[in-house]
Amino acid sequence: MEGVLHQVLSGIASGGIYASVALALVMIYQATHHVNFAQGEMATLSTYIALTLINAGFSYWIALVITVVVSFILGLLIERILMRPMMDAPVLASVGVFIGLLLIINSSTGWMFDYMIKTFPTPFPGGPVLFSGYVSGHELGAFFVTLIVLIAVYLFFRHTKLGLAMRAAAFNPVSSRLVGIRVGWMLALGWGLAASIGAVAGMMVAPIVYLDPNMMAGILLYAFAGALLGGIDNPLGAVLGGFAVGIIENLAGAYLVGTELKLTVALIIIVAVLVVKPSGLLGRTVLSRV
Amino acid sequence: MLRNVVVAVLLWLVVTLAPAFSLSDYHLFQLTMVVVYAIAILGLAILTGFNGQISLGHGAFYAIGAYTTAILMYQYDVPYWATLPVSAIVCAAFGFLIGLPALRLAGLYLALTTFALAVAVPQLLKHNALEPWTGGVQGLVIDKPDPPFGLDLSPDQWLYMFCLTVGALLFLLAWNIVRGRIGRAMMAIRDQALAAEAMGIDIALLKTRTFALSAMYTGIAGSLGAIVVQFVAPDSFGIFVSIYFFVGLVVGGVSSIGGAIFGGLFIEFVPNLAEKVSKAAPGAVYGVILIAVMFLMPGGAAGFVGSLFARFRRGTKSAELRPATIGGSGADNVAAGVPGGAEPDAGGNRGV
Repeated sequence: MEGVLHQVLSGIASGGIYASVALALVMIYQATHHVNFAQGEMATLSTYIALTLINAGFSYWIALVITVVVSFILGLLIERILMRPMMDAPVLASVGVFIGLLLIINSSTGWMFDYMIKTFPTPFPGGPVLFSGYVSGHELGAFFVTLIVLIAVYLFFRHTKLGLAMRAAAFNPVSSRLVGIRVGWMLALGWGLAASIGAVAGMMVAPIVYLDPNMMAGILLYAFAGALLGGIDNPLGAVLGGFAVGIIENLAGAYLVGTELKLTVALIIIVAVLVVKPSGLLGRTVLSRV
Repeated sequence: MLRNVVVAVLLWLVVTLAPAFSLSDYHLFQLTMVVVYAIAILGLAILTGFNGQISLGHGAFYAIGAYTTAILMYQYDVPYWATLPVSAIVCAAFGFLIGLPALRLAGLYLALTTFALAVAVPQLLKHNALEPWTGGVQGLVIDKPDPPFGLDLSPDQWLYMFCLTVGALLFLLAWNIVRGRIGRAMMAIRDQALAAEAMGIDIALLKTRTFALSAMYTGIAGSLGAIVVQFVAPDSFGIFVSIYFFVGLVVGGVSSIGGAIFGGLFIEFVPNLAEKVSKAAPGAVYGVILIAVMFLMPGGAAGFVGSLFARFRRGTKSAELRPATIGGSGADNVAAGVPGGAEPDAGGNRGV
């Protein structure tokens, strides 16, 4: 029983990270109906930027803030330069651009920061601290950081004018434009925000899985699974889905399939959701002919 | 007709024999890999280009084909040529099975699911339960086949001829399928599924069969690849294999038979050239070229060449036959308006 508790707790810890990446995916999906295959690589790049800053002598939290800002600008630029012309392009074209972006960012991180696996510092006290040693200090800290991020994003979208404008732009671009919202910039802001959230997630997960250019490949997959499970057009669903996937992944890894097949669990979740309930648990059902 | 066949056979002999006796073994190996990749990309083109089902996970079928061959050769001493039909059947079956859930997944979701499949493949191959067959993380080493009938050829020369022959047959088959009734039905589903169904096309049946056919092509490519490289290991079938196939497909031209050959050349030689700059360069070059192709010539190399031809032909024809350009790129199916000139390889990726 204690083992199960342990698995659930560490599932929640990693689930928080999946939840943030899933949220980043959903934000972009809601606004543009694109799934950002490069989300993971963008987060990895941000994490490398953070590491560079920390090595340059900045304190952890200042490095985090700078990284978030830099990632925001990067996300904004990518939307403005690459994604804008792809707005109404066929799916294949947008997938192509995303894959191209993935390749470029992946190899430029490898090129700039080499392919060595690096450790990443954590600001939280080390060693097991809670629940008679089941949760490490970093896991607990990462959980709270992701929770703060998620709540901040929620408050931003619910209770600020800009957040409302962004939701409006995603929900109904034409009407939003008519009431004076600059829809294009709202989409760009969404990209910036998604990149920032990804940056925080990357910094939180790096101490656990270690930093290398391919760090986020698996995490992106779990985030996909989480986003789909919760409903890819529902931010709250994505967050819950992310946590759920974290827990399922840990329990399945411990008791069902073993740790070597964890990624396959994500695949199975994705296929199962898409086949059984394509709209996810909380998503809107969209009727269209396939 | 007879003259065409004779010309084709002669051309064939030149293409086969000239490099086989003039190039070094290493360059022959590279050319053989071009053929292998071209077949794999052709499989992807059948699915993505002609049927509009986007797959980012064809590396999975490549892996299944490679492992089928390697296991048969290593564990059961089956001769290399006899593994190809087995691998074709196995991969077609897998493709059919994956095609079933794919029926319910439109564009983006299918891309996502196949992407997940590609990421998960190395893990599956490494799994303990399969280790007695797959050799686990170490993989399997297989022997390079000797030329048959005591022919006085080096193994590389023979393998080149063998792969080229298999490839030519597969290309011929694909060419006929795509230009025939089935191919037109495939493209009808891609462009306008509802209308296709109204015309009596069984969409579910055709889509799953297309998936099976596509997986079969890529699987056979995997088998040939395993024989040529003489080695299979889980980590050589990661997500990047799938992504490179996708890059080759897009660069060559998504709905083009000939484009697959260009795609094969591209993914074999461009990394070699780029690697001279830096280890990371191939990926970046791929990415930049992929995005550039998406923006500048959505029809890929084949679409580009096709539009050049069309422009040339247009110059010699009367003005009223000139097709109206349907929005977007000039490469988009320029030939479609010319009577009798609806070449499948001139198509862009519209409607996908």
